[in-house]
Amino acid sequence: MHDDIQLDERGQLRHFLTIERLPRELLVDILDNAERFTVVGDRAVKKVPLLRGKTVVNLFFEPSTRTRTTFELAAKRLSADVMNLNIEASATRKGESLADTLRTLEAMNTDMFVVRHQDSGAPEFIARQVSPEVSVINAGDGRHAHPTQAMLDMFTIRRFKQSFESLCVAIVGDVAHSRVARSEIHALKTLGVPEVRVVGPKTLLPVGLETLGVSVHHDLDEGIAGADVVIMLRLQQERMQSALLPSGHEYFHTYGLTPKRLKRAARDAIVMHPGPINRGVEIDSAVADGSQSVILQQVTHGIAVRMAVMSMVLGSHAQAA
Amino acid sequence: MKIRLRGGRLIDPQSGTDAVADLWVDGDRIVAIGRKPAGYGAPAREIDARERIVCPGFVELGARLREPGAEHKASIASELEAAAAGGFTTVCCTPDTSPVIDTPAVVELINQRARGVRGARVLALGALTHGLAGEVLAEMHALKAIGCVGVTNAGRAIRDTGVLKNALAYASTLGLTVFLDAEDPWLGAQGVMHEGAHSTRIGLPGVPAAAELIGLARDLVLVAETGARAHFRTLSCAGAVKYIRDARKAGLAVSADVGIAHLHLTDTDVAAHDAACHVRPPLREARDRDALRRALARGQVDMLSAHHQPHDADAKAAPFAASAPGISGLDSFLPLLLELVEAGVMDLTRAVAACALAPARLLGLDSGTLAVGALADVTVFDPRHDWTLDAASMRSQGHNTPFLGQRLRGRVTHTLVGGRLVHELDA
Amino acid sequence: MNKHPELDVEALIDEITDRLSRRIAEQKLDDPALIGIRTGGVWLAARLRERLGIETPLGELNIAFYRDDFSRIGMHPTVEPSQLPFDIDGRDLVLVDDILYTGRTIRAAMNEIFDYGRPRTITLVVLVDRSGRELPIDANVYGTRLTLAADEHVKLLGPDPLRLEFCATRT
Repeated sequence: MHDDIQLDERGQLRHFLTIERLPRELLVDILDNAERFTVVGDRAVKKVPLLRGKTVVNLFFEPSTRTRTTFELAAKRLSADVMNLNIEASATRKGESLADTLRTLEAMNTDMFVVRHQDSGAPEFIARQVSPEVSVINAGDGRHAHPTQAMLDMFTIRRFKQSFESLCVAIVGDVAHSRVARSEIHALKTLGVPEVRVVGPKTLLPVGLETLGVSVHHDLDEGIAGADVVIMLRLQQERMQSALLPSGHEYFHTYGLTPKRLKRAARDAIVMHPGPINRGVEIDSAVADGSQSVILQQVTHGIAVRMAVMSMVLGSHAQAA
Repeated sequence: MKIRLRGGRLIDPQSGTDAVADLWVDGDRIVAIGRKPAGYGAPAREIDARERIVCPGFVELGARLREPGAEHKASIASELEAAAAGGFTTVCCTPDTSPVIDTPAVVELINQRARGVRGARVLALGALTHGLAGEVLAEMHALKAIGCVGVTNAGRAIRDTGVLKNALAYASTLGLTVFLDAEDPWLGAQGVMHEGAHSTRIGLPGVPAAAELIGLARDLVLVAETGARAHFRTLSCAGAVKYIRDARKAGLAVSADVGIAHLHLTDTDVAAHDAACHVRPPLREARDRDALRRALARGQVDMLSAHHQPHDADAKAAPFAASAPGISGLDSFLPLLLELVEAGVMDLTRAVAACALAPARLLGLDSGTLAVGALADVTVFDPRHDWTLDAASMRSQGHNTPFLGQRLRGRVTHTLVGGRLVHELDA
Repeated sequence: MNKHPELDVEALIDEITDRLSRRIAEQKLDDPALIGIRTGGVWLAARLRERLGIETPLGELNIAFYRDDFSRIGMHPTVEPSQLPFDIDGRDLVLVDDILYTGRTIRAAMNEIFDYGRPRTITLVVLVDRSGRELPIDANVYGTRLTLAADEHVKLLGPDPLRLEFCATRT
């Protein structure tokens, strides 16, 4: 009953909505293309004219400065024109439906929408409504997916670990509410990582995670033992308020990554975090700023990865591609 | 009018009849089965029912007709016509209209709008609490007097256990059946689909099966306390069957129905966050669906419902969580019922009992059987008729169904309500 | 297809080296840096750099992101990214490619170079200057000039040995 609209008839990436069901070769293509774009940021003129004349609209229904800025930078480095629409501040407050908001925007001849929305499935909903020449990139939808974040995390892992083949990766924290975690799990499995672990208290781990191919752990020490990559997830304040956890203090005590706990992981393990980090809650400053942390590199990789994805989806509309 | 239904296969669960015979109608009654009765004369109308099934008309236990208040979604006329086209001769409408059916005036309004409609007859379910707000009891006596066949809070949670207990006690005093939608208001609050591996995968907040079980457990204890007669609507999970079975064994006057969609679809059918599958209670896992089928087969649950909730296109044209729950179920009910028969869940007689006889008995209606002297509420259908469910063939104003575009088998050809031919399928 | 004499690439490279030397002297180019366009231009530029004894490391250009036909062919980056390991500003550059045909590759290459900085001069060196120009671009130094039909194409194979191949369709 469900047709996958991400890939066109030639198997090219037309929309980038979720990592799920994308073939391994395509993910590797994204990483390889991103590699080529990293050099652009080191030049005097940090632009290539690839998407010149194209219009990219950042449609953010949920506030986000960092993700939106990265997408904006990526589009500008491709020489595209960028428009930012923070919808929570305008139309939907007046009660305009998503479908109507789209119709208004389409009249502006957009080539690409970068969408962040609180409802899972909203970017796909948008992708099914827009005309065939328009592409949609998911910048995060509900708890469902955040595919560009997952890809920049994979890019970072590949940069530091070269191969995915014999890795053990542990994802720690609020997986239940995390779209990043879901996308990361799909990406890691597709790229062939043999062992993916998820670590957290029962209140923060959703039902049936094992069906995604991961093993579930409730003890941090046991969960990160020998791991090559430790990915820490952000713990939001709301979790304490919705009675999922007693306090940030207790969370730090049980699941916070400190230098001492990090020693349980592999000696050359890298520590990642999709950001923004909560110092003293999920991660100790000493670890976040320490030698094993690659958190800042993740941020710079984000631009190159998004440049790669944007070029690939808009390039898919080429007739003879 | 004198109508002869000729040569059909008569299925009457009450008498156990399953035989080819003629059915003779005069006025609003069935006057004979088999041979023409003496003094009948010539029938004004002869309906060729050969190769077709003739059975008592289906009775829907809770449909949303949307009028008054939401006429952009559907109207009493359109939905009663759709019901007849779907083989239903009686439809109970739920009180969650605007205004709510908590005063006799709204019942009169509905009856008035239904007058002259060439479709199923409508019976109102009155509100259990005033405004369905779960705080103050509705004037159930007045509602019963004006013709309500039961009372319900139409899926709106009654959080205060004290209020629910009183409502059950009061309804029981009046001899009114209370229709209950079992769900714990807190566990189900944030969810939009079944909580399980699939909701985890697609990242939608879930309603755990526990929500229904806790609601059921609470309500059953109060039913036992108050001696009320209760009917639980659209059970969705495996565990619920045991609760109902045990309650009946303990002598409680309880019954339950299952929505027809829940016997076919599961949570994995919510594939691309498709709002067509957004329904409440949510579609659960395959093992829940299979347990419900077994319960039907064994008679532990003995009623079916179309669970009809028509919507306008806009209500479903949104991401899953932002869409309105509900499936427009009248048009597809018969083919889905026959699929259960085909799958061996039950035979045709039991199937007809589940959607005609048992609901009629629950409501104390004069219909549900093909006995001589019974009200002539009759459905004739062709079990082999293949057709496509689409905007053109659907009679309901709401086209919100996950079965849209599918080829279905089985179609109603004629429907009689009180001896009147209210629906005839164009050849 | 016309019959073409077997072209001796090594001999052509000798010719080019001579002509380029003279041009560098005539134009008073100051410590020019070589940039080859991937892939054939890079092979050629490496040879020239060695023969002319140029110390500055070789620049390598991948013009994939500067092509003018992205809308028609989409993303097709198949070679390594660009690398210009020297400062462009105020520098005399020698841009090297194997075949000069429509001129679009050179246009893209120059646009890319200018995104790195502002060179003092650019001298264009090609192995084969063939007919079919679509833009007003000319080589300063070339190995040989060829007139080919629209459906005829020539390409440089390498890196060792380097040889020119003629074929009927564009590859």
